[in-house]
Amino acid sequence: MMTQKSKLRSSFAEAVADIPDGSTIAFGGFAMPGTPFNLIKALMEQGAKRLTLVGNTTGGAQQPRMPDIGMLVENGQVAKVICAFTAATRPTDVLPFTKYYESGEVDAELVPQGTLAERMRAAGAGIPAFYTPTAVGTELAEGRETRVIDGREYLLEYALKLDYAFIRARTADTVGNLRFHRSQRNFGPVMATAARVTIVEIDDPIVAAGSIDPDDVHTAGIYVHRLVQIPPAPLGLWPAKRMTRGQETKR
Amino acid sequence: MSGTKGLNRQQMADRVAREFQDGWIVNLGVGIPTLCSNTDIGDRDITYHSENGVIGYGAVAAEGHEDLNLVNAGGQNVTLKPGAAVVHHADSFGVIRGGHIDATVMGAYQVAMTGDFANWKLKGQKGGGIGGAMDLAACAKRVFIILEHVTRDGSSRLVTACDLPVTARGVVTLIATNYGLFETTKTGFLLREIAPGLTVEEIRAVTGGILTVTDGLRQIEGGG
Repeated sequence: MMTQKSKLRSSFAEAVADIPDGSTIAFGGFAMPGTPFNLIKALMEQGAKRLTLVGNTTGGAQQPRMPDIGMLVENGQVAKVICAFTAATRPTDVLPFTKYYESGEVDAELVPQGTLAERMRAAGAGIPAFYTPTAVGTELAEGRETRVIDGREYLLEYALKLDYAFIRARTADTVGNLRFHRSQRNFGPVMATAARVTIVEIDDPIVAAGSIDPDDVHTAGIYVHRLVQIPPAPLGLWPAKRMTRGQETKR
Repeated sequence: MSGTKGLNRQQMADRVAREFQDGWIVNLGVGIPTLCSNTDIGDRDITYHSENGVIGYGAVAAEGHEDLNLVNAGGQNVTLKPGAAVVHHADSFGVIRGGHIDATVMGAYQVAMTGDFANWKLKGQKGGGIGGAMDLAACAKRVFIILEHVTRDGSSRLVTACDLPVTARGVVTLIATNYGLFETTKTGFLLREIAPGLTVEEIRAVTGGILTVTDGLRQIEGGG
């Protein structure tokens, strides 16, 4: 077994205790799967302020509502969000985040989802910036650097470095090698590479180093710094079935 | 959908889904496009890709059999088809940006006859919902749009130029509305098929930009 300081933490509170005001923190998750509900809840209790939060959405558009960026906004802890959605997909839905954004209390940077993922991938891989065809010709590209390569116009995007990443995985060993289940994976592996400190909440009992075949590791333990075992409900928070307004895709 | 003329939501989706060719990798947006996966297109083998890295998802899971860690882009608990694979988000958008998506189907507020379209921000709105739409629009091999032909106040969603912020420019090739199936051409919108119960004159009256009609105009199957 590799010798290093243990990554295991006995509680979510302990895992987030030292996060200072002004940190940039990314939350994994796409809809329910992969969202680190327990760590987000612990951060609300911990109380760090002036945070910049990165995630796919600000949350709050779906029921049942689980801990999300919007709740931290409501808690007065957030200066800025960087998301692929700063409004709901249905224009008639109003997000909890919206009134704080409209009043200017919280700033937002709206980033196309693939660009958001790639900016973090680049940060984790030592690439300071990259060109993408996404958003060329749109409002998002106004006044920004573009370049024509092989006859096509591309937009320059910069790497997005993180202080912390909060993610959720199915399995971990004691050195932090991770496996995800189904679409739980989403942003998790990418955020883990971009963060100075990656904190992971784990579904299944944490196993001894060597229990996961090296060929089957999704995220290498070198990217993971703290692990917390999620207790069973109701102590731990688990993904719930989304309540819908009429399931249309039935076959 | 009482009071709305022409095709219903599923029929619009059906018409677009019948364009899918055997072996295509397809990404379906939330809302009406999701319904394309319900369409019976015979033995054509389609691989559905979702932004969250699921490649090869199938039908929505039966009640009580949901895997709560498996969703499509609309957040529905889906199933996996044999041969499915899961990749992380950066790889998933590598699939998109790398040109591996044969067709993306999206909803929109407006489509212009130039192939521009708008689907992420309303007038006067602060912020918006881009999600994966700009990546898909810029990089999929084909961009198909499904939308109601007119807004609630009766103005056309098929326009000369979008007055809403665009998602991408010059990318839309095919549009299904409740009134018909349209292509974008150098000379404007081309009506390729018409919904049952509609006339060309009625459609022309509620279509912005230039509208031409294909020779031997056919009625859309399965409508009415």
